[in-house]
Amino acid sequence: MLSRFLPPCGSDLMHPTRRAVLIAGASIALAPPASATPAMLAAAIRGVVGVGNLQKGRVTFEMPPLVENGNAVPLTVNVESPMTEADHVTAIYVFNEKNPQPHVISVVLGARAGKARLSTRIKLADAQRVVGIAALSDGSFWMGEADVIVTIAACVEDVN
Amino acid sequence: MAADTKPRALLHVPATAKRGEVIEIKTLIAHPMESGYRAGPNGSVLPRDIIQHFVCTYNGEEIFRAELSPAIAANPFITFFTVATQSGTIAFEWSGDNGFAAREQAAITVE
Repeated sequence: MLSRFLPPCGSDLMHPTRRAVLIAGASIALAPPASATPAMLAAAIRGVVGVGNLQKGRVTFEMPPLVENGNAVPLTVNVESPMTEADHVTAIYVFNEKNPQPHVISVVLGARAGKARLSTRIKLADAQRVVGIAALSDGSFWMGEADVIVTIAACVEDVN
Repeated sequence: MAADTKPRALLHVPATAKRGEVIEIKTLIAHPMESGYRAGPNGSVLPRDIIQHFVCTYNGEEIFRAELSPAIAANPFITFFTVATQSGTIAFEWSGDNGFAAREQAAITVE
């Protein structure tokens, strides 16, 4: 990847020209955006819900309100549902506000799950809001959210 | 990951269950889940290497599926529930970037 920073004529790496330094600076500035925005979160939610109506409730998070290490944050999503053939959760989506991408995890389940509950461990780049959306078999969408404070963010540390 | 080394996976599935009982299934698989947003030692961004899909089948029937993103922590841990319907096999499949594929299974006896 270093070749990207070299001027076409190939000058000495140890004594870069002013042009080489400027080119290197420009390619760093073109790095992907550091975080998703609330607008990206809203767009991601819209992508799931479509024109449907999103109601608040039924979805609850079990997450520590303050975490030290954003590299592995335990997350449990619970959706209130009888989980019968007639009335069950068909999918659960988790989104975040400030990671580079709004998407965290989406799962597909059915009446056979018995319980609409999911646990995993996620990375959080900053103190932020986590949003969970449940799609129900009757076509309705329900939403819940949690606020998490992160003291050491994921994604910022470099590999050495 | 080299093709000849089998990724380490841990499963927690009850060996026996009563018919109709809701059982908890826990899965963990060794994987770096490199997000594609971190810089490596020479300053260049490390390419993304994640598990994208996870599927669980119960006697061949799909009961749970997950789409993972770079926001899932390294060594993905997923816990979910299912109803024990009949004795048989619960199988798990992970797949992702760079041709990553892993399969594990557990036997369950339903009384």
